[in-house]
Amino acid sequence: MLSAHLPALQVVVPLVSAPVCLLLRNPRHAWAFALAVSWVTLAVAINLAVQVHASGTASYALGAWAVPWGIEYRVDMASVLMILIITTIGAIVMPYSWRSIGHEIDKKHLQLFYTCYLLFLTGLLGIVVTGDAFNLFVFLEISSLSSYVLISLGSGRRALTAALQYLVMGTIGATFILIGIGLLYMMTGTLNMADLSQRLPVNADSRTIRVAFAFVTVGVSIKLALFPLHLWLPNAYTYAPSVVSAFIAATATKTGIYILLRFFFTVFGISFSFEAMHVGEILMLLASAAILITSLVAVFQDNVKRMLAYSSIGHIGYIILGIGLATTAGVTAGMVHLFNHAIIKGSLFLAMGCIFLRLGSVELSDMHGIARQMPWTMAAFVTGGLSLIGIPLTAGFISKWYLVNAVLNVGYWPLAVLILVSSLLGLIYIWRVVETAYFQMPGYKIRKLSEAPAALLVPTWLLIGTNLYFGVNAGLVTGIAGQGAAVLIGQGVP
Amino acid sequence: MTGISAIPPGLPLLLGALLLPLFGPRVRAILALGLPLLTLALAWQVADGTILRIPFLDYELEPVAGDRLSRLFGTIFAIAAFAGALFALNRARVIELAAGLACAGSAIGVTFAGDLITLVVFWEALALASTLVVWSAMTDQSYHASMRYILIHLLGGVLLMTGIIGHVADTGSVTFTTMALDSPAHWLILAGFLVNAGAPPLSAWLPDAYPEASPTGMVFLSAFTTKIAVYVLLRGFPGTEILIYLGLYMIFYGIVYALLENDMRRILAYSIVNQVGFMICGIGIGTEISMNGAASHAFTHIIYKALLLMSAGSVLYMTGKRKCTDLGGLFHSMPLTTTCAIIGALSISAFPLTSGFISKSMISQAAAGEHLALVWFLLTAGSAGVFLHAGVKFPWFVFFQKDSGLRPPDPPLNMRMAMIFFAFLCLAIGIWPAPLYDILPFPVDYVPYTRTHVVEMLQLLLFSGLAFFIMLPYMKRTPTITLDWDWFYRRLGPGVSSMMTPVINYWHTYTRIGFLRHLGTLLGTLFLYHGPQGILARTWATGSMVLWVVILLGLYLLAYYY
Repeated sequence: MLSAHLPALQVVVPLVSAPVCLLLRNPRHAWAFALAVSWVTLAVAINLAVQVHASGTASYALGAWAVPWGIEYRVDMASVLMILIITTIGAIVMPYSWRSIGHEIDKKHLQLFYTCYLLFLTGLLGIVVTGDAFNLFVFLEISSLSSYVLISLGSGRRALTAALQYLVMGTIGATFILIGIGLLYMMTGTLNMADLSQRLPVNADSRTIRVAFAFVTVGVSIKLALFPLHLWLPNAYTYAPSVVSAFIAATATKTGIYILLRFFFTVFGISFSFEAMHVGEILMLLASAAILITSLVAVFQDNVKRMLAYSSIGHIGYIILGIGLATTAGVTAGMVHLFNHAIIKGSLFLAMGCIFLRLGSVELSDMHGIARQMPWTMAAFVTGGLSLIGIPLTAGFISKWYLVNAVLNVGYWPLAVLILVSSLLGLIYIWRVVETAYFQMPGYKIRKLSEAPAALLVPTWLLIGTNLYFGVNAGLVTGIAGQGAAVLIGQGVP
Repeated sequence: MTGISAIPPGLPLLLGALLLPLFGPRVRAILALGLPLLTLALAWQVADGTILRIPFLDYELEPVAGDRLSRLFGTIFAIAAFAGALFALNRARVIELAAGLACAGSAIGVTFAGDLITLVVFWEALALASTLVVWSAMTDQSYHASMRYILIHLLGGVLLMTGIIGHVADTGSVTFTTMALDSPAHWLILAGFLVNAGAPPLSAWLPDAYPEASPTGMVFLSAFTTKIAVYVLLRGFPGTEILIYLGLYMIFYGIVYALLENDMRRILAYSIVNQVGFMICGIGIGTEISMNGAASHAFTHIIYKALLLMSAGSVLYMTGKRKCTDLGGLFHSMPLTTTCAIIGALSISAFPLTSGFISKSMISQAAAGEHLALVWFLLTAGSAGVFLHAGVKFPWFVFFQKDSGLRPPDPPLNMRMAMIFFAFLCLAIGIWPAPLYDILPFPVDYVPYTRTHVVEMLQLLLFSGLAFFIMLPYMKRTPTITLDWDWFYRRLGPGVSSMMTPVINYWHTYTRIGFLRHLGTLLGTLFLYHGPQGILARTWATGSMVLWVVILLGLYLLAYYY
């Protein structure tokens, strides 16, 4: 009985919990409540994944309205991958949040934080679950608005301007997406994605559709921080509270990429997007620029969170590169990295959160010799860093393997070299942290520090553990990603 | 298929190395000496063919796969780990001992890897472990040397990795087989292997990093990194012609720089490049006898080079001095070390009745057999050069020459035992080569001790020895100043070297300074654009961000509208 409603529960549970959370006066209760909700959504997600795996794409008519007219929730393997990313990261970050966020923001803002977190979770899950284009926009707005608030809670006044800039850019992006959806509605009279894809081929050669495509592409590119529309991201990640950086870095841009996948493959169809519109070439060009330039920028950063933010833009480039190939292998590689980058970046930001808790800074110049005082934290960072570089036995290696393989399958040797060069750059920027933390003599201030509390270390290491687990036993992720890619590519063929 | 032979032979050493720091000195000693022996036993448990298969992604890993070649290298690596641990016992820092054993474990892991992914995993582990060995000398120089070392090796690792992925994309198989240079992927793999071998243009990492390790650490280092490259080249690229010329280059690179060098351990480091050159040349020739020669030369070289480094390490450990010009006359008080150094020096010079003789001559013989006249001639000239720099120069300047007045005793018991063990092996293999010949990859029908071989070798050695002592008066005049480039052409007088030195010197400074200057300019430009205040990294005004959106949207619309 309940299992039939899982797609709806996935969204409704956090949605309904958000206002309840605001009503809880005691911050600790709010935290416990949000924690429970996170774990429930993870449980729902796992059940949903099992269900979709067993019996194929799940379709759920919201309010029992028949599908093309009512809102449809539609969960296929591509959505399952995203749901798992979002809920897993959420479930791991929540236990971490109490000590970390309690340290970084004002006590009276705590309920607000947890409420916004739940809304953010709702938005992301909604985007992934829904099969309705306008509903997707609504959830996008929910997630965006709550994320502006979450970022602005960061300590330090620059968090406010960072949030404001993100707000302006995010709103422009969302508006573009809305314009695109509006144009599509104008041409087809439907908002259901599956229905849209049925009707679009008839109208495919109209200028309106082309303009809609352009608006959606640019709008989503802003949300997922594709070079050169990434400029809002470094500040947002740098000045947000540590937990928020970890959660947003792992999930928000990934959801943007999911929207891109949905529109290109499901709504517009692979032949329109990649053959008529040549979006693949454009994406690959921008992705290559992103990979190279942002990796170089990351090498020169002094603030480690900022460095990780630039590295994120580069890694989004990897994912987009895979998607731009528009082959099953390419999309699979993109989706594998979608998952792996989420757990890599999540764990790295969590490790930096541990350091921020004790040191109050994540500037390299303040971190001399910190590994002596915080060995577990730095070991976590190093392991995560190895995964980021793509050393064998880590999740990052699997991503790189799939990606280079996909690139070589279509014979793009220069791109393989590009990936090689950028992983060398990755090595350099991770190495700078290692060198500072391990090989420099600690100053007076560092010597007084103690290791981060278990409440922070356990979630961090849990995520590091997943990195190592999926580096050795990658079958689960590659299986889901492969099926998701097959669903996406297959749908495009009329 | 059964339990014990499915254990990767390198694994106990690797795990043991990780646990080593947790134990007290007594358990640590038992582990450090016992684990290499256990590994040796495990290596001989591995039968021919793939013993263990593990599915990974769409492929099958073969972490345990054996044949004659793997067992040969597994054996010598285990022996080297044992002797290295014995030499370092209670003298080295714990981290150095652990890292040294980890080196051995990962090298043995590579030798029994049947597929390329397993190979890469152990390959990277070896790079990491050997960096730690350099680093654990805990001096400023060793710190910087270890940083340079790891950068070069990770570069090699990335080249290798990309090549392997390309290879798998081309062939669909991860099995480690013989490869031809027919695709970019295979060139990349070869390049990755050669970085570890110390081949040009990146030979310099070896003499740069090794001498900065501690006296005990360098013994570990000398055994694994370059020889593992020899192993994978033997397996992957036999008969690749380019290797002959790379090998010859390395032989003379090693000789020329070693002759110019004053630091005794750096002389020996250059001589590693030189000796690996012989092996690589043998692999390039690619006949059965030359492959046997390369494999057996790797085997014997590990032993005598470790022996030489142990004697140099003992001197450094007892006196704290490393420059030839500060040493001399030590034979008075260190008779055992002197004897061992001489045995090692004779072996590296391939003196009859030592291990070097029965292995190196096979490579020359193969060149002759293939009618590669020039190669044979250069190999012979190279052998003479080896005798000059490693066979005579090292023991002469350190243990004889003028009397430096130093009277250190022989080193502690464990160091002496390690040296005696390897000196014994050098002689035993030289006198009785049959057991070694029996475990070589191909059947051996080569007889080292024929009259021509012996006479030829003795002539070569005696004449080059003569040359050294004729030139000795020139060398003797400078007992006090540091041997340096300018000294060389000011004092040594006319001759081949005086013509060579300014050229090398000029080339060296010119390329080095030019390289540094260009690197500086490049970094400056990168920093200008990518640095925190660079246009690509600074915080932009919201308006400028929106401008980008407009530009991009405009371009899309322009492209799509028409």
